[in-house]
Amino acid sequence: MQAAAQQGTPLAGTQTSLAAHDLYCRRGDRPLFGGLNLDLSAGEALHLTGPNGIGKTSLLQMLAGLRRPARYGAHGEAAAPGKVVWQGSLGYLEDRTALDGDLPLAEALGFWARLDGHPAEFEPFGLSDLMDVPVRYLSTGQRRRAGLARLALQGAANWLLDEPLNGLDAEGAAMLERLIAAKRMGGGIVIIASHQPIAVPDHRTLDLREHPW
Amino acid sequence: MTRIFFTLLRRDLAMLLPGGRSGQSLLPFLFFLAIAMLFPFAVGPDAELLGRTGGGVIWVAALLASLLPLDRLIAPDIEQGVFDQLALRGIADEAVIAIRVAAHWLSFAPLLIVATLPASALLGLDGPTLKTVVLGLLAGTPGLAAIGVTIAALTAGLRGGTALAGLLLVPLATPILIFGAGSLARPDDNGTGGGILLAAAISLVALAIAPFAGGAAIRSVRDS
Repeated sequence: MQAAAQQGTPLAGTQTSLAAHDLYCRRGDRPLFGGLNLDLSAGEALHLTGPNGIGKTSLLQMLAGLRRPARYGAHGEAAAPGKVVWQGSLGYLEDRTALDGDLPLAEALGFWARLDGHPAEFEPFGLSDLMDVPVRYLSTGQRRRAGLARLALQGAANWLLDEPLNGLDAEGAAMLERLIAAKRMGGGIVIIASHQPIAVPDHRTLDLREHPW
Repeated sequence: MTRIFFTLLRRDLAMLLPGGRSGQSLLPFLFFLAIAMLFPFAVGPDAELLGRTGGGVIWVAALLASLLPLDRLIAPDIEQGVFDQLALRGIADEAVIAIRVAAHWLSFAPLLIVATLPASALLGLDGPTLKTVVLGLLAGTPGLAAIGVTIAALTAGLRGGTALAGLLLVPLATPILIFGAGSLARPDDNGTGGGILLAAAISLVALAIAPFAGGAAIRSVRDS
């Protein structure tokens, strides 16, 4: 419940930070990356890069607390698993929108709006004409915009974005860049996993190829 | 906290209750009545035989009807990342599962108990037998709901999980069936025999285990 409570507080003045240490990741028997340390402070942006299958999404899930860091070393003498510590609440955008496909967009977003206690907005995301359209009839780009609307109404302090440019047109990409800039102005940390270049000023870059297991 | 609880329950009910906009059809209810209607045709119009076996038929029909929504209980939310988004908000998977058990029970059991009345007329059950069946279903269906949600969570990450879920429910639900329907054969204590109490006890155990088993199943899908 703690994370939910934090979202009610205004973002201005919230001290956000990320401290992640000794992250190792494997999928099944396959090691993906390892020995990863990450320290970010308020307002910073990080661009995660690397070829398909290197573990960008797995790293985001690990940072989101949805995937446990693997333990490094042989069985029996394995080191303690790595740790991820956030200050400030967390929003996560991915391909899956978490919106009910059978419901009209307004109702599907309305569920998250009630849960997060913030009203849903449609206009800024170019969704005002789609409020009555069931989510499963939306195009990839429209679905991505709906995901962004869900992310924005959550009011989380920090954002994790998995391939946020997928499906977005030029105008949508510009909107995303404005949203990211506004989030950083408010002191939030934004981590973007993308194989496309993204126009975010003075960001740090992390190439997962430099962190083999 | 309360807002989160009611928001989740409202969404689950809209998803599972018959007749809702995203709700499913009356299929479990009609399926249950269809079994009660077909059975007399199959065994013939022997009133005494029907009266003796009818209660058991209602129990089997109830168990099968509770199977129908299993594929919609958990798997779509895992695929759509709903559980992940809830976890990010600090809402425990166990809490989400517990709410879903309540919604699943509300979506099939009250309707089923109402349908027992026409079904008992079709099967020619007498008053005391009907009372035993209804009391038994009240005691046993919460357990069926809990077992159903647990199985739906356990099989959600598997290919062909729905067929497996149907098969898994049978052995797990058998104790409830034995004691719930068994109370019909031994109607001591004015028809509210120990069988119903035992069915209620099994229901309580299933209700207590379901959130933790279901939550662990969802985390294991997430971590795979």
